[in-house]
Amino acid sequence: MSGSHAVSRPKHQRVLPGFAISLGVSLLFISLILLLPATGLVMQTKGMSLSEYWYVISDPRLVASYKVTVGSAFAASLFNGVFGLLLAWILVRYQFPGKRILDALVDLPFALPTAVAGITLATLYSSTGWLGNLLESIGIKVAYTPLGIIVAMAFTSIPFVVRTVQPVLEEISQEEEEAGMTLGASDWAVFWRVIMPSLRPALLVGVALSFTRSLGEFGAVIFIAGNMPYVSEITSLMIFVRLQEFDFPAASAIASVVLLTSLSLLLIINLWQGAYLRRIHGK
Amino acid sequence: MSIRLDNISKQFGKFEALSPLSLDINNGEMIGLLGPSGSGKTTLLRIIAGLENANTGTIHFGDHDVTNVHVRERRVGFVFQNYALFRHMTVADNVAFGLQVMERALRPSPAEMSKRVKQLLEIVQLGHLAARYPEQLSGGQKQRIALARALATKPEVLLLDEPFGALDAKVRKDLRRWLRNLHDELGFTSVFVTHDQDEALELSDRVVVMSNGKIEQVDSPVELYAHPNSRFVFDFFGNVNQFKANWNNKHWQNGNAFILPPVAEATQKNGYLYVRSHELSLSKKANSQASLPCKVVAINPVGAEVRVELSPIGWDTTELWEAKLTHQVLNEQSFSRGDEVYATPQVGYFFADGVRGEPIILRWPFLAPGHLMFDI
Repeated sequence: MSGSHAVSRPKHQRVLPGFAISLGVSLLFISLILLLPATGLVMQTKGMSLSEYWYVISDPRLVASYKVTVGSAFAASLFNGVFGLLLAWILVRYQFPGKRILDALVDLPFALPTAVAGITLATLYSSTGWLGNLLESIGIKVAYTPLGIIVAMAFTSIPFVVRTVQPVLEEISQEEEEAGMTLGASDWAVFWRVIMPSLRPALLVGVALSFTRSLGEFGAVIFIAGNMPYVSEITSLMIFVRLQEFDFPAASAIASVVLLTSLSLLLIINLWQGAYLRRIHGK
Repeated sequence: MSIRLDNISKQFGKFEALSPLSLDINNGEMIGLLGPSGSGKTTLLRIIAGLENANTGTIHFGDHDVTNVHVRERRVGFVFQNYALFRHMTVADNVAFGLQVMERALRPSPAEMSKRVKQLLEIVQLGHLAARYPEQLSGGQKQRIALARALATKPEVLLLDEPFGALDAKVRKDLRRWLRNLHDELGFTSVFVTHDQDEALELSDRVVVMSNGKIEQVDSPVELYAHPNSRFVFDFFGNVNQFKANWNNKHWQNGNAFILPPVAEATQKNGYLYVRSHELSLSKKANSQASLPCKVVAINPVGAEVRVELSPIGWDTTELWEAKLTHQVLNEQSFSRGDEVYATPQVGYFFADGVRGEPIILRWPFLAPGHLMFDI
């Protein structure tokens, strides 16, 4: 069937629009919706000198808020790492009535306005709420404490873990687990040596996304946090406070810290994942 | 290690995957489980491995009852259809896995382990790939690594699910021979699943033919060919032509075709006549023992033989007929595509309706030479 007529189509013809156009359009939109606001943010701080900048971002009350935010986000994303994995696991591995509903419910935190989530959680966990009432009787206070911050952060960011782990879990064939078992591995060994290593990159990305999302969470947290200076104030609230004082440069300075932290974390995770995939595929 | 299956059955919900069946596999034997998809062969293999539990029956490895022994304690080597290599481990780590997860008391030292892995990789002739990852290997290489991994713990039973299913023809053939040699050399008992009759016949000491969750026949390849005991087995082994024979008190009739069976009560019935394609001759004239008019649809020379495809004229078959002739015969008779010819069976296998078991074997011509109306 070969011959000189075989190549009749022009060399560069593709189904999708050309590289130049699609890249151009993509870059334009990235610039408009991501880079421009970020640049604007940095520009806001340009009136400040380095020492002023440092003064603003190293304010003791603010530093306390960093600790609260990072600590809570860390706890929330760890919690999500465990329970998100569990949730993804049952959604992928088991058939049960209501599975599709549960699957849809996972996205609820994305769909719900975060303020609504915050108010609902605060009501639920306050000392008169259904859950808060119960927890109070065993001496645990959630609403208006740092624990409440963790609950709100975990709630709003759990879909990240479930939705990144789920497809990878679906891809792991049951045969790999069975292969492990026929080779004499215990259930524990199969989980840690066969399943987890394949899942680890996705899980880590999910947890990292959950963490960065928690760092920036505002609406859901402020209603349940209690917002006591040095105890339960989060960094986004501090930005909001500066905005209310019309101190835009200070607000931008704080925001730039959050932005930088999130970006570098995502970049590190991305590089690590890239290296992992290159190793596996040998490229 | 011998394997004894007794009265094994398996149901998935309401679907009966295996009807109660029994099978004895001798120590050191290589058994092929052969059948179409859905015949229960993979289920049976998984039950032997312990990956699936039978609803009834018992399994013995040697004298040891393993019916309720967990897969990880059965100590079988299992090679999966898609190899199921661990993607995140190097080839060497994959092979070492079975050794690494051993109980501490039994586990070999790291030095012994790497020696054993090296040895296994040499057995499968892939020592140079030890540091690679599975995704960097070809299908045939993956297959051999999967085998090395399964052999690492020195199992006495090796189970293989469609071991060559995903490979191309050439690789498949090489690997088949290689596996057979390895089996003979290391002396384990092997059971493999396949839907390819050539593979089953070439590799197995005995072939277990399965359909619809039942064992149809268990025999050596030679016996299976000489004495297929059911229409199913006959059909499944292919290269066979089928004639729906309706007895009309004179001969077997089908449309305007007929075949005259020898005079015997057992054959004077309705049934099916099977004719192997190399036991069929073609002529431009009809004769008194058979008149099977056909049209030559295709003539395909394959190696030493020529396959002639025939479409029946005025009678029914489910599939086209095929005759295998030598080049010499074809040259003498000089058919070409579109010609009308008459097929005459030399040997036929008759399954009378309602009678189970082996067919009646018929050989033509059975009439004394003087009684023939035409030449054959």
